[in-house]
Amino acid sequence: MDTRISVIDKRLSNIKNVISVASGKGGVGKSLIASSLALILSKKGYKVGLLDLDLYGPSSHIILGVKNVLPEEEKGIIPPKVNNICFMSIVYFTEDKPSPFRGIDVSNIIIELLAITQWGRLDYLVIDMPPGIGDETLDVIRLIKKSRFLVVTTPSKVSMAAVGKLLTLLKELKLPIVGVVENMKMNNSGYVKNIVSKERIRYLGSIPFDTKIEEAIGDPLRLYKTSFMKKLEDIVLSNNIING
Amino acid sequence: MHEWALAESVLTAAVETAEKEKLKKITEIKISIGELQQIEQDLFEFALNEIIKQQDKMLKNVKIIIETEESVLKCKNCGHTWKFKDMQKKLKENEAEAIHFIPEVAFVHTRCPRCNSPDFEITIGRGVSITSIKGEK
Repeated sequence: MDTRISVIDKRLSNIKNVISVASGKGGVGKSLIASSLALILSKKGYKVGLLDLDLYGPSSHIILGVKNVLPEEEKGIIPPKVNNICFMSIVYFTEDKPSPFRGIDVSNIIIELLAITQWGRLDYLVIDMPPGIGDETLDVIRLIKKSRFLVVTTPSKVSMAAVGKLLTLLKELKLPIVGVVENMKMNNSGYVKNIVSKERIRYLGSIPFDTKIEEAIGDPLRLYKTSFMKKLEDIVLSNNIING
Repeated sequence: MHEWALAESVLTAAVETAEKEKLKKITEIKISIGELQQIEQDLFEFALNEIIKQQDKMLKNVKIIIETEESVLKCKNCGHTWKFKDMQKKLKENEAEAIHFIPEVAFVHTRCPRCNSPDFEITIGRGVSITSIKGEK
């Protein structure tokens, strides 16, 4: 009998809110939005955790500039604090080498991480999800019952086709959807907003393509000053995403 | 110590199972420890005993039997099978420690000794599991 699942609820019991930043499509800015959301919440004074579940291509550590830190071992593992955010990622264990995992291994890693990570008290745990509706998404749905989903897309029809499938699945399973953020917007098209509204899902807002964002990657202090971050903060506050 | 979290998961799962089976008391738990996870058995047993002390009467005087399971790996590319202990000495300390926390990072830090493929599977001996529970109704 696999014993690890029994203890996951206990590990998450002192976390008030879980927000999984997800998308059906890769390259839409999930990791940037997840990391930035964690920074915004932390700046507001909340106790925040960030869990990067993109096991093949973890990138939150690059965005936050995480270097030379490792979890502490204490009745499990305690995520190190980075910019006042408790940050957990597979990268501590892979040393950023290529990670050729099959599906069963992905599930095993997620279960192990959830079973041994001692988050302590958190107001928010933000999860940076990998793209798609594969093992990681199914495991978060199965194992983290209190997760709400913040879905990210770009204005592209290609992106929206894949994101639509994720939204359909979440709706079918009656899971709480915070809403949809349209990232990297370059014109006034109402394409995404129309589709999302027809599905009776909240369209949270759009973030214009920020040509200077790349210069701020790896430096949270510069990230705070970007137009991307300001717009995301507006979206978070105007939609009451923060609820204590 | 990370062994504490695993010990806690074993006892939580055992109590959950006993409750489902309507047992009043658990008399014996048999645990298998896969070699790949490189559990420190002394620490693991210490954690089990400490948690049992804090638990209710369901676990009072429970007999714990721990068996270690050899870890066998099989290459999906060339079909070669090998044992983790054969390659353990070649691992750097940080790599061995990473596998201790997350056994699947063996796919990151090791390769098939015959064809060098990272595409292998853990046939047996991954981590901690309960093999049997005995109790009284």
